[in-house]
Amino acid sequence: MSGSAAMSDIALAGIGLGRAAAAEHVSARAEVYNMDVVRKFLIASVFWAVVAFLVGVYLALELSWPSLNFGLSFLNFGRLRPVHTSAAIFAFGGSALFAKSFYVVQRTCRARLFGGEALANFVFWGYQFFIVMAALSYVMGYSQGQEYAEPEWHIDLFLTVVWVAYGVAYIGTVLKREEPHIYVANWFYMTFILTIAVLHIGNNIALPVSIYAAKSYSAYAGVQNALIQWWYGHNAVGFFLTVPFLGMMYYFIPKQAGRPIYSYRLSIVHFWSLTFMYIWAGPHHLHYTALPDWTQTLGAVFSVMLWMPSWGGMINGLMTLSGAWDKLRTDPALRFSVAAVGFYGMSTFEGPMMSIREVNALAHYTDWVIGHVHSGALGWVAFISFGATYYLVPLLWNRARLYSTRLVSWHFWIATLGIVFYITSMWVAGIMEGLMWRAYDQFGFLQYSFAEAVNAVHPYFVIRMLGGVLFLIGALIMVYNLIMTVYSPTTEVSVTERRDAALPAGAALAGE
Amino acid sequence: MPTKIEKDSISGQDTTGHEWDGLKELNTPLPKWWLYTLYATCVWAVVWCVLYPSVPGISGYFPGVLGASTRVQVTNDVKALAAQRAVTMDKLTATPIAEVRQDPQLMAVATTAGRIAFANNCQPCHGPSGEGRPGYPALAGDAWIWGGKLADLQQTITYGIRSGHPDARVSQMPRFGADGILKPEEIAQVADYVMTLYGKGTAGADMAKGRAIYGENCAACHGDNGEGKRDVGAPALKGAVHLYGDSRETVRAQIANPRQGVMPNWNQRLDEATIKSLALYVHSLGGGE
Repeated sequence: MSGSAAMSDIALAGIGLGRAAAAEHVSARAEVYNMDVVRKFLIASVFWAVVAFLVGVYLALELSWPSLNFGLSFLNFGRLRPVHTSAAIFAFGGSALFAKSFYVVQRTCRARLFGGEALANFVFWGYQFFIVMAALSYVMGYSQGQEYAEPEWHIDLFLTVVWVAYGVAYIGTVLKREEPHIYVANWFYMTFILTIAVLHIGNNIALPVSIYAAKSYSAYAGVQNALIQWWYGHNAVGFFLTVPFLGMMYYFIPKQAGRPIYSYRLSIVHFWSLTFMYIWAGPHHLHYTALPDWTQTLGAVFSVMLWMPSWGGMINGLMTLSGAWDKLRTDPALRFSVAAVGFYGMSTFEGPMMSIREVNALAHYTDWVIGHVHSGALGWVAFISFGATYYLVPLLWNRARLYSTRLVSWHFWIATLGIVFYITSMWVAGIMEGLMWRAYDQFGFLQYSFAEAVNAVHPYFVIRMLGGVLFLIGALIMVYNLIMTVYSPTTEVSVTERRDAALPAGAALAGE
Repeated sequence: MPTKIEKDSISGQDTTGHEWDGLKELNTPLPKWWLYTLYATCVWAVVWCVLYPSVPGISGYFPGVLGASTRVQVTNDVKALAAQRAVTMDKLTATPIAEVRQDPQLMAVATTAGRIAFANNCQPCHGPSGEGRPGYPALAGDAWIWGGKLADLQQTITYGIRSGHPDARVSQMPRFGADGILKPEEIAQVADYVMTLYGKGTAGADMAKGRAIYGENCAACHGDNGEGKRDVGAPALKGAVHLYGDSRETVRAQIANPRQGVMPNWNQRLDEATIKSLALYVHSLGGGE
């Protein structure tokens, strides 16, 4: 397997070099593909990951001790929160997706990125500009007030242009591929590109106060606005944080495990069922609101039907490891990817359960929801990105190996402990809030005031903050490890190493 | 088209024959448990859609065979709760507030209802134990501006202070500085005098002018010795408690351009029995008269 994989790596270069020759001329391969944009996005994703975690920790501190906003408007929770969510989802998650999707599409299509350097660079700098503009606008107090769609209209328009450029580069590459078939990872990435475009435009239709004003008002009013917003919001989770990360999984897990995908048929069935079901699930965010009952019911039933399509991806990820489970002992980067799939399975069971109206009656508006979203964001999205990043950095910077697998292991365990702190504290806090809010005494009066419920969850907020600190420490270990991988003399690909191992070295280069 | 289908030695499954960048796929059939669970969730979805409101139509929607409606449900829940409370609250409404304290059972209900109503409505301004904060009077102490008897409290809570309600308690301190009634130096003098009323005055300063200005402008409401007058809502100045602070700076500011706080008339939001409960609860915080 590793032999043929290495061979295809070389064949992929499309330049017909012999194995040893290709191994010595990695830079030649880099010229065949546009790896420059992949490297840029990878660096950006690691940078934004640290920013997102740092702001998250600060917000957790503010929630525990509100005076930490020091009365400064730009440190206010309401302004910093979108900085955290946008940095996590769009800056960290988005940059990771751009990096890995551009890597995967070129390699699995055996084609250089469509549109040349200029288009790729426009996508990179345009997207980074969008992130900075959005974050600055939040701290300055501008917001559409719609979750995950906070940027005002002019930033939205700019993002639309960047997104279309991304779509052109990506789909153009798929169209000019030299492989007869389109690899499964690319289905997921293309669905991501298409659906996010539709969602972004659909939810952000707004009328600016004036062409010179940053402020705008949504085209939708009242409950229609809420429905469109959560059609968008839930599918941001579905088509930004799930579908393309599954694409990531479909490339990097079989690569890291050195095993074929478990089931092609399952990948087809779960891809189409996932795509079809997800788009309807949004109304489950609006249970017990002004939204008509029938819409709430449909949102809930589609969410429940979504359980198995989601788990199809988990099964394909985990079962691909059959025959290669032993690698988990030696490859901590693979451990990240596999744990990610585990967290994915957990939160995609939790989600459908919480979407049932009767369960939602307890969970809604509580910190259980915050715990749920973080088991997905930290456990799934961040972990699968970390796994792929550890795999890619030695390849992209032409290094023999990671600087330290021991540090990867430390990162893994510290981050996992952080997630456990985070989600268990939020479960306890959330269920406690839900129960306190609905408790009545024997006379029919509320048992607890709202402030008492806030007071009661304070210790769990502190534990959550500690979980965030652990996750941040893990990420800083990763940054150190990656920088050392690129610069340390110990990870250099020595000439001897290259010559000695015509085949195994080729495999090592490919990360097999 | 598949070109080279291979058998995977570990799983015994065939590959699909495709390959990308060294990646292959097995043609493993769908796991049975997965497929049947997917079918089961679909069946559950159909059943749920039959039971509950689900499919929209042109001018309405299919209401479901259970006839369930969250609006009806919440209305019924609220009614049931009101009925449960009515047993005691109706009695509370009918009983004059002074007599409630003679009925231990009714008093237990009132303090329970009062505690939670206080926590959800009053605490944000007056503090969890009624300890007050700058601009928001303490309710646990003895310094009452409008009176600390049960009837006073009930009146204040019901109609508020400067709330705009016709029966609201209203007092208006003139803006001695902003309206040019007193000159800045006069304000400074009277402020120094007022501070002597609670023992913070400057030793050795000439108090004669300040006392004279006080007598002409302040004594009518705040009393000759700063003892205050509750019927006009003029706070006592000689005590230890000062709503907007007792430093020279805050006293001067309060004379020059007084802050005049507003308390809402809670009868717009709470029923009579709840307001009675609140009055009884606040009275029990430690300052009741």
